[in-house]
Amino acid sequence: MILSFTLDGEPRTLDLDPGLRAVDVLREHCGVTAPKEGCGTGECGACAVLVDGEVRLSCLMLAAQLDGRTVTTARGLGGAGPHPVQEALADRGGVQCGFCTPGVAVTAAAFLERHPDPTRAEIRDALSGNLCRCTGYHKIVDAVEDAAERMRKERGGRK
Amino acid sequence: MNVLFPATADAVLEALRAHPDARLMAGGTDLLVRRRAGAVAPGVLVCLERVADLNGVEVLGDAIRIGAATTLTAILENGAIRERLPLLRDAAGAFASPPVRNMATLGGNLCTASPAADTLPPLCVLGAEAEILSSSGTRRMPVADFVTGPGRTALEPGELLGSVTVPVPGGGTIQHFEKVGRRKAMAIAVVSLAALLRVEGGVIAEARLAWGSVGPTVVRCPEAEALLAGRAPTLETFRAAGESVRRAVRPIDDVRASAGYRRRVAANLLLRLAEKAGPAALG
Ligand SMILES: Cc1cc2nc3c(=O)[nH]c(=O)nc-3n(C[C@H](O)[C@H](O)[C@H](O)COP(=O)(O)OP(=O)(O)OC[C@H]3O[C@@H](n4cnc5c(N)ncnc54)[C@H](O)[C@@H]3O)c2cc1C
Ligand code: FES
Ligand code: FES
Repeated sequence: MILSFTLDGEPRTLDLDPGLRAVDVLREHCGVTAPKEGCGTGECGACAVLVDGEVRLSCLMLAAQLDGRTVTTARGLGGAGPHPVQEALADRGGVQCGFCTPGVAVTAAAFLERHPDPTRAEIRDALSGNLCRCTGYHKIVDAVEDAAERMRKERGGRK
Repeated sequence: MNVLFPATADAVLEALRAHPDARLMAGGTDLLVRRRAGAVAPGVLVCLERVADLNGVEVLGDAIRIGAATTLTAILENGAIRERLPLLRDAAGAFASPPVRNMATLGGNLCTASPAADTLPPLCVLGAEAEILSSSGTRRMPVADFVTGPGRTALEPGELLGSVTVPVPGGGTIQHFEKVGRRKAMAIAVVSLAALLRVEGGVIAEARLAWGSVGPTVVRCPEAEALLAGRAPTLETFRAAGESVRRAVRPIDDVRASAGYRRRVAANLLLRLAEKAGPAALG
């Protein structure tokens, strides 16, 4: 099946088995290794990507479902540079081994688009499908709070 | 593998006719996990994600119709459901995690028919009706009859769950959902309770109760419902009804909890209703 989709801002066209998993298409066939496979069964969030701006788990998606979509991974999340969420994760110690980070970054970025001024409880809930074995989560929540503030300032500055 | 993306419910039925061995896939959060485990190996998948007329929430007077391919996120965020069916909203809020909710659908949850399916107890007490589509016509039945056992539904080959229509309970009805899991997010229910209580003149006029994860499918307890009717919604009343609940449920021991624990929690979840219904009875 010929699949055409936009990946991190670039158009892609590939001829692939439509029954492949999206995570394998992105990593093995497109060379984009930002999404990670942790569990392969929807429980860890390491494979999360944005499909038309919404969080999806690429381990539970088929290649065919990518056709016609706009896919954003942590690699292309901020456009040319890092996204404020990614900057804040680095600055606030929200990254240790980094395996969960691409999934956390896209999930948090999509959440902040819709909830620009969240409480810590809302952030924890939004990230409840992203498991992290390293940080204990506090610093990830700190980082998302910080990113929210950076994004509000950016928006305010642009007006 | 061949994956088809029909755009209408009619086109889905047509695809099922053309490919009798095809499997339906909505969000894929059950099907693709089962495929990975080697439990299913479909040659043709009919994917519902782009079927417009199976997706969405519609208010129809005193009822709310939810398309089978509507995601749990859409249910959680819908204004009419939040206001009029908080029981279903709360079940959607306790479901898996935000990314899974973005993919998982109501229809997929009903058709999987797991004993732990979180939307089933609410839909049963609300008296929801399933609409089943096929090329020979449409039939309807209560959701409680649609699920015939663990992993089993009333669907015949070539049929499709089209939507679920949920009657909105009248004013003064207390809607309650609680799920106990091993952790807050991403946890399959150890026990869940959906309850609908109509309180009039300080007493319970009608109670409808349904438990998840304490039997092969949803467990109702007519004896407890009858015990509650006509009584004041006090802690004592709910404690007395709990006795019959302990007898009615048929829980199993599994990796998540023991049968004994489930039995006790199933009864104790009723006590929370006193907190909710007590003040309503006074006010
Ligand atoms: C990490 C994780 C956490 C989970 N947590 C929960 C939870 O907390 N609570 C819970 O209840 N479930 C949970 N689940 C199970 C699952 O997400 C739900 O059952 C979900 O609602 C399934 O919907 P789906 O659209 O993904 O179904 P799919 O996987 O697409 O389909 C499931 C089955 O239903 C059939 N089907 C789907 N739609 C139709 C239709 N319209 N007509 C006829 N047949 C149809 C399919 O052929 C398939 O056999 C979890 C799953 C995962 C992976
Ligand atoms: S790899 Fe997809 S959720 Fe874990
Ligand atoms: S930083 Fe290691 S898993 Fe999160």
